[in-house]
Amino acid sequence: MSGVRLLVGTSKGAFVLTADGSRRSWQIEGPSFGGWGVYHLAGAPSEPSRLYASLSNGWFGQQVQRSDDGGRTWSAIGNRFDYEGDPGVHQHYDGTPRPWSFTRVWHLEPSATDPDTVYAGVEDAALFRSRDGGLGWEELSGLRRHGSGESWAPGAGGMCLHTVVVDPSRPSRIFAAISAAGVFRSDDSGTTWAPVNRGLSSTTIPDPDADVGHCVHRIAMHPSRPEVLYMQKHWDVMRSDDAGGSWREVSGNLPSDFGFPIGVHSHEPETVYVVPIKSDSEHYPPEGKLRVYRSRTGGDEWEPLTDGLPQQHCYVNVLREAMSLDTLEPCGVYFGTTGGTVFASADSGESWSALATDLPSVLSVEAQTLA
Amino acid sequence: MIRVVLPSQLSTLARCDREVHLELAGTPSVCQLLDALEAAHPVLVGAIRDARSGQRRAFVRYFACERDLSHDPPDTTLPEAVLGGTEPFVVLGAIAGG
Repeated sequence: MSGVRLLVGTSKGAFVLTADGSRRSWQIEGPSFGGWGVYHLAGAPSEPSRLYASLSNGWFGQQVQRSDDGGRTWSAIGNRFDYEGDPGVHQHYDGTPRPWSFTRVWHLEPSATDPDTVYAGVEDAALFRSRDGGLGWEELSGLRRHGSGESWAPGAGGMCLHTVVVDPSRPSRIFAAISAAGVFRSDDSGTTWAPVNRGLSSTTIPDPDADVGHCVHRIAMHPSRPEVLYMQKHWDVMRSDDAGGSWREVSGNLPSDFGFPIGVHSHEPETVYVVPIKSDSEHYPPEGKLRVYRSRTGGDEWEPLTDGLPQQHCYVNVLREAMSLDTLEPCGVYFGTTGGTVFASADSGESWSALATDLPSVLSVEAQTLA
Repeated sequence: MIRVVLPSQLSTLARCDREVHLELAGTPSVCQLLDALEAAHPVLVGAIRDARSGQRRAFVRYFACERDLSHDPPDTTLPEAVLGGTEPFVVLGAIAGG
């Protein structure tokens, strides 16, 4: 029988929520790794019981763990993320040079076909890959060294490589997104890279149309349309129809085009979800109303989805890694808030319910659809 | 027997009790004690000391016998009461919020 397993990373541990295909009743297990910030948990599509977890802690550093039984038990795996060669410097917040220094793994992206191959996006921004189930990690240094690395600067959360998207029809094509550098694409399995930010405009950098320097918050792709990418930028929701070659704004009638996550409906490549957030400094929903916005036209025209979501006095945020979709019919949509609530919709966003409340601040949500 | 008290985050990580007992010959130093701790619980490599430099992580402290040993040279011999097991060697996170 089909089912869903939600992997929820929080500021103080990991939780696993499971339901059968009806998605009416959920079991909550956890926390695992109590006291550790769990930046991301990800399952291997080709072997769903294989999970990877990235733990981080201000006192005790960074850990990567692996489960081979769907999250019941975990083991430490390789935790050496050594930049290739002398990593040199990048820009600090104040524009001064700062040596590249590893802090943590923000994002884990297991291969679609091989459970032992997994990409790790790290802070300070770089992309690593393991081909042995996470025991050892090698940097794909062509990204950091492609030419603009010295000009990269951190966003407020740090200089992180937070998004890795692999084209399922052409696995040698990889997209990586960095705050605050932008989107980069490799067409040769990560050996060489180029920025793909044409069409982005950011008033937060000296040259708003620069090739590099944009604070991209998240990109998303539908597997059936790998040339189409959607982006939630620091400001602006964007779309590319040519694999990042050019971007156009599709913010349309959103109440705020600032936000963090963006997701694509599993069966409708033109149906997109965002969570508008007020900014620059507030980072909570406009009007105190938590609204997911859905476009069924690939952007530009957006409708608020509010049934079951708090519509007054709500001042939480939804972080970039904290939205995910299952592949059941109808498509399930999930997100977690910094207030510790995990919301779910089993009808493509028409109605919502809280699966868990009062968890630690939610950092990441990943939905695994189980056969 | 030497008693080492770990912070909860590290005992969670190592899946061990908060107090760990280690048998070391002779009069080991702080560094040798931590080497033995990491050998017994490899997951702690990098969590107390930087895995590359071996330096104590900035927000980690070592206390024993009502003294802060954090800034003593790593090859300093452990206090006699720690060697004898009457006092624990305490690894803790500095009070810094969170």
